[in-house]
Amino acid sequence: MQDIITISGLSKTYATGFTALKNINLGIRRGEIFALLGPNGAGKTTLIGIVCGTVNPSEGTVTVDGHDNVTDFRAARELIGLVPQELTTDAFESVWATVSFSRGLFGKPKNPAYIEKILRDLSLWEKRNDKIMTLSGGMKRRVLIAKALSHEPNILFLDEPTAGVDVELRKDMWQVVRDLRASGVTIILTTHYIEEAEDMADRIGVISKGEIILVEEKKALMSKLGKKRLTLQLQEKLSALPAGMFGAEQLALSGDGTELTYTYDTQAERTGITRLLASLNEAGIRFRDLSTTQSSLEEIFVGLVHNGRNGAAK
Amino acid sequence: MNWRAIKAIYRFEMARTGRTLMQSILAPVLSTSLYFVVFGAAIGSQITKMEGVDYGSFIVPGLIMLTLLMQSVMNASFGIYFPKFTGTIYELLSAPISFIEIVIGYVGAAATKSIILGLIILATSWLFVPVRIAHPVWMITFLLLTAVAFSLLGFIIGIWADGFEKLQVVPLLIITPLTFLGGAFYSVSVLPPFWQTVTFFNPIVYLISGFRWSFYEVADVNVNISLAMTLVFLAACLGVIWWIFRTGYRLKN
Repeated sequence: MQDIITISGLSKTYATGFTALKNINLGIRRGEIFALLGPNGAGKTTLIGIVCGTVNPSEGTVTVDGHDNVTDFRAARELIGLVPQELTTDAFESVWATVSFSRGLFGKPKNPAYIEKILRDLSLWEKRNDKIMTLSGGMKRRVLIAKALSHEPNILFLDEPTAGVDVELRKDMWQVVRDLRASGVTIILTTHYIEEAEDMADRIGVISKGEIILVEEKKALMSKLGKKRLTLQLQEKLSALPAGMFGAEQLALSGDGTELTYTYDTQAERTGITRLLASLNEAGIRFRDLSTTQSSLEEIFVGLVHNGRNGAAK
Repeated sequence: MNWRAIKAIYRFEMARTGRTLMQSILAPVLSTSLYFVVFGAAIGSQITKMEGVDYGSFIVPGLIMLTLLMQSVMNASFGIYFPKFTGTIYELLSAPISFIEIVIGYVGAAATKSIILGLIILATSWLFVPVRIAHPVWMITFLLLTAVAFSLLGFIIGIWADGFEKLQVVPLLIITPLTFLGGAFYSVSVLPPFWQTVTFFNPIVYLISGFRWSFYEVADVNVNISLAMTLVFLAACLGVIWWIFRTGYRLKN
């Protein structure tokens, strides 16, 4: 698939001497939902800022649908809508005025019907004549999304869109994002809610200390790095694992002694399940039921960042 | 050129003015009326004529200039500082517009507002003293150029300022004193020779002198020099703004 955004050799060192990004190379595919994950201060917002034009890069280039975002910035920026992390809105403007202003700023002719559609989709229509300062935080977040969508962008950046937003609203917003994706919009989002990335994204990028440490298809990532857990419900309580049991380092007995969990790597040549079961049989341990679960993206993510840190410390 | 963006910014700024109509228009009109009462009626009655013009009439161009300079700087500096302060500037920086559109939008709106105010002050003056405009085209030219030049200066201050205090400092501590010492209320020729020389280092002298000439054909310096100085000031401000956007000074770093 053709990349809609190509980031090459991008670095950013702020005037304070702080290096926010180090030699970033990244391609965003047309029409995908790309989730950028990383701890606070990893460089997510700086990276988005450089692509969108709010931050000057120190080195490197960004092309948006073939347009260099510095030399051909008008063509590049026209394609992009940005929803910033902070709730930065004009206090005294009405919802309608601020969204119309955004459309004008991007050089699009007036289209009240389109603005009405956006406001209705985001449940803002009833509030269209209200001053922004009278709105709740969740409503303000929607206003920012409406502003970003006002010029019909092909690419949408959502920087922590669901931070501080209640569950109900979050669901609505993800529905809007899914609809946008269905209409062909490419979406790049950062989020702290890893289950959302897991739920929404096609591909995941992990950034830590200004470096992209991993970019992977979500499914591939989950199966590649994912550990599976086999849980056995025992017929009889067990006070301790029998000595010399197979795979003892991968086994854990629950506190009440009724559950035995076996953690294994799906990528390993042998999972060891057959030998485990044989071993249990030999020891006379019987079980009522068994289930397997795959580790969540959050566990993968924490593991990655943790390893990255250890690596850097060496 | 993204004309729709310019229009959007201009409209946005003018709407802001509309929301603060009372303080935008009433305050300058009131303070000008006070100047007329104090300088025109109370003190002016003791002064017969300045350069052959009645004192009350003589101060009209200076008063208009005072308002024009202050309002241009304050409107433009606040206009661009506020989005920086609230963070909404992200939208300007991520829009497909260059600094040219941003400057035309903000400076255009600030200059429009201060020109409207200047004309209101002129109309108010008419209620107090006789005012004659000998060269209306020159008058409008100086009004326009000065409003644009000082709105550009205000824009620079708004970008430079990193707190509300700095926004106030320049108009209060630099523009106001320079205007008062720039011959707003007197002709430079009444000063002792040494202070006359010092005064000519004050750029505002040239603006007021040229503007007054367009009213009464009396001037401290040749009108062409006034015009040239105004243009030099304008060019200097444009140069600084070009540098700001080229380097991303206080905006993108």
